[in-house]
Amino acid sequence: MSRISSTFESLKRKNKTAFIPFLMAGDPNYDLSLEIIKTVDRSGADLLEIGLPYSAPLADGPTIQKSSRRALDSGFQPRQVFELVEDIRRESHTPLIIMSYINLIHKFGMENFITRCRQSGVDGIIVPDLPPEEGEELKNISSQIDLIWLLSSNSPASRIDRVTRAAEGFIYAVSTPGITGSREKISLEIKNTISKIKEIREIPVCVGFGVSRPEQVKSLAEFADGVIVGSAIIEVIERAVNYPAGDIEDAETEEKLPVSINQQNLLDQLEKFIRNLTEPL
Amino acid sequence: MSVHSETKTAKRENGKFGEFGGRYVPELLVPVLEELEEAFYHYQDDPEFHQEFEYYLKDFVGRPSPLYYAERLTKKLGGAKIYLKREDLNHMGAHKINNTLGQVLLARRMGKEKIIAETGAGQHGVATATVAAMFGMDCEIFMGAEDVKRQALNVFRMRLLGARVNEITRGTKTLTDAVDAAIQHWVENSEDTFYLLGSAVGPHPYPVMVREFQSVIGRETREQILDAEGRLPDYLLACVGGGSNAIGLFHPFLDDEEVEMIGVEAAGLGLDTDKHAATFSRGCPGIIHGYKSYVLQDENGQITPVHSISAGLDYPGVGPEHSFLKASGRASYESATDQEAVEAFKLLSEIEGIIPALESSHALAYLPELASKLDQDKIIIVNLSGRGDKDVYTVAEEMGTDLK
Ligand SMILES: Cc1ncc(COP(=O)(O)O)c(C=O)c1O
Repeated sequence: MSRISSTFESLKRKNKTAFIPFLMAGDPNYDLSLEIIKTVDRSGADLLEIGLPYSAPLADGPTIQKSSRRALDSGFQPRQVFELVEDIRRESHTPLIIMSYINLIHKFGMENFITRCRQSGVDGIIVPDLPPEEGEELKNISSQIDLIWLLSSNSPASRIDRVTRAAEGFIYAVSTPGITGSREKISLEIKNTISKIKEIREIPVCVGFGVSRPEQVKSLAEFADGVIVGSAIIEVIERAVNYPAGDIEDAETEEKLPVSINQQNLLDQLEKFIRNLTEPL
Repeated sequence: MSVHSETKTAKRENGKFGEFGGRYVPELLVPVLEELEEAFYHYQDDPEFHQEFEYYLKDFVGRPSPLYYAERLTKKLGGAKIYLKREDLNHMGAHKINNTLGQVLLARRMGKEKIIAETGAGQHGVATATVAAMFGMDCEIFMGAEDVKRQALNVFRMRLLGARVNEITRGTKTLTDAVDAAIQHWVENSEDTFYLLGSAVGPHPYPVMVREFQSVIGRETREQILDAEGRLPDYLLACVGGGSNAIGLFHPFLDDEEVEMIGVEAAGLGLDTDKHAATFSRGCPGIIHGYKSYVLQDENGQITPVHSISAGLDYPGVGPEHSFLKASGRASYESATDQEAVEAFKLLSEIEGIIPALESSHALAYLPELASKLDQDKIIIVNLSGRGDKDVYTVAEEMGTDLK
């Protein structure tokens, strides 16, 4: 059984919902992102999702776009993620999932990418722009690595059936049709999709996209096996890094990184934020 | 098997052109694209749909567009006979309207009320706003802030036509960012919104659909050249941004092995600078905006910023069918620099009385090299994809003339 599956098994025995934070590798730079991930891991993560910074992140809203941009501007490149994972693995056994757009994997070479995932201690991959129809090749070579597929509230029954049967590790259920980013309200429509999945097969289903508050975590925990939170955590980092309030283009005209991020302060805030979010779990 | 029939059978299954094409999109878009594919193939076989399409092409767009023998240009270059397919004479001045008309008719049949589109030069935005106005539909155009600046005239035209122009300020603030933003908007609003994509790019079924609507160019050209010369041309020449005017001209000739096809992409300040949009010359296979094709990217797979004097060619990807035609050797791809395009722009204006779009000027720019080497009994057809009124400010600036 994969490390992801056994983690869900043991959470289930304890009747607990998984908390899965998403962070961008290299944001705001290699060293600080390593400290951030370690802190978030210790503060209550059951699994970790780590994104590879990409220049054209089609499924991501402004917060994660900017996070990608900060990582790339710091000189971080996707291949360094394996070094980062090795560094994380020195002290943590938390299941770790890489989120990467398909072009990065394609450029890397699929086999090469999967090999490096295995060697460094990655447990699963999510490719947000690779639906199962295009994913055969990756699936065929990715033994020992769980390929996590997505479903959403607009997925027709035939897709739910197909994806559920092929799923490995868990299914990522997209809360609301749209892109990533904190939302005021989360529709509970996804609940129907989850019941349909569970009728087909008992596989963990985690909900993500837009989750940003303890109340949302609480209501999702009533029917989901896990809750994924990305943008809301990254907003804490964004504030600390203290770019002007505006958009990416404002950020680009400013100096790259402010001279001094109060590192300890940021890590403390993140810890507090995560503990607060996971309180209801 | 010929290239033609190979692509024809391939498309019905999964939108693949050899290894290129496909549907690399977020899960949320898959059902939406399936719905679109379903509708497209349904109406593709529907005689009523075709009748309506042809009616508007004729009475609204003004088709067929002439195939004009450019006698003075031919003399000047001293080689092959040059014909121009006059897409610049279409309503609104470019080939773009063939596609927007086809897609808006489809959108109406699918019961969608809102149209969104991305635009680079603004030509596709104008062509979309035009058909939206004509059918009274809500229309929002996504356009990079950089392009909004470069193409003020087209922005004004879109607004006149009742469209909202959504200025995109992220990334390089050009076409590629506008596409990202439009796709994202669509993901959130697919229920009532039709994404009217402007070139033969994007996830299946767009490359097939756009090609089918643009193929009217090639079908007419074929008839017209047979009428005029009693034979098929030796060369077809078209500029390539996303590749819609090129594939529209090429496609009906794919089975005619004697017809050579050349696409011309934008070499910007030069292929050896980092300021160009020469996807075939300097890119490699990758995935962008939902499809697999040649892509301009760095060694890490990050999409690289592009440059061209013509906003319509300023794009880091290229239609997947062109990648297939390149790989199979059926078509070849060359490039022209900003400067060469401006020279061609001036030349055609001076000696034919036709001001071409800067995009089309890239195709024209390859003529001196091609035509002068060929015998006088050879025939070249250039797709004059648009007129150049929108570009006069840019060219004036390039020539050091201040119009303001
Ligand atoms: C006149 C004209 N020609 C060509 C193009 C390039 O597009 P495509 O390669 O899809 O024909 C454009 C794009 O805006 C255009 O406006």
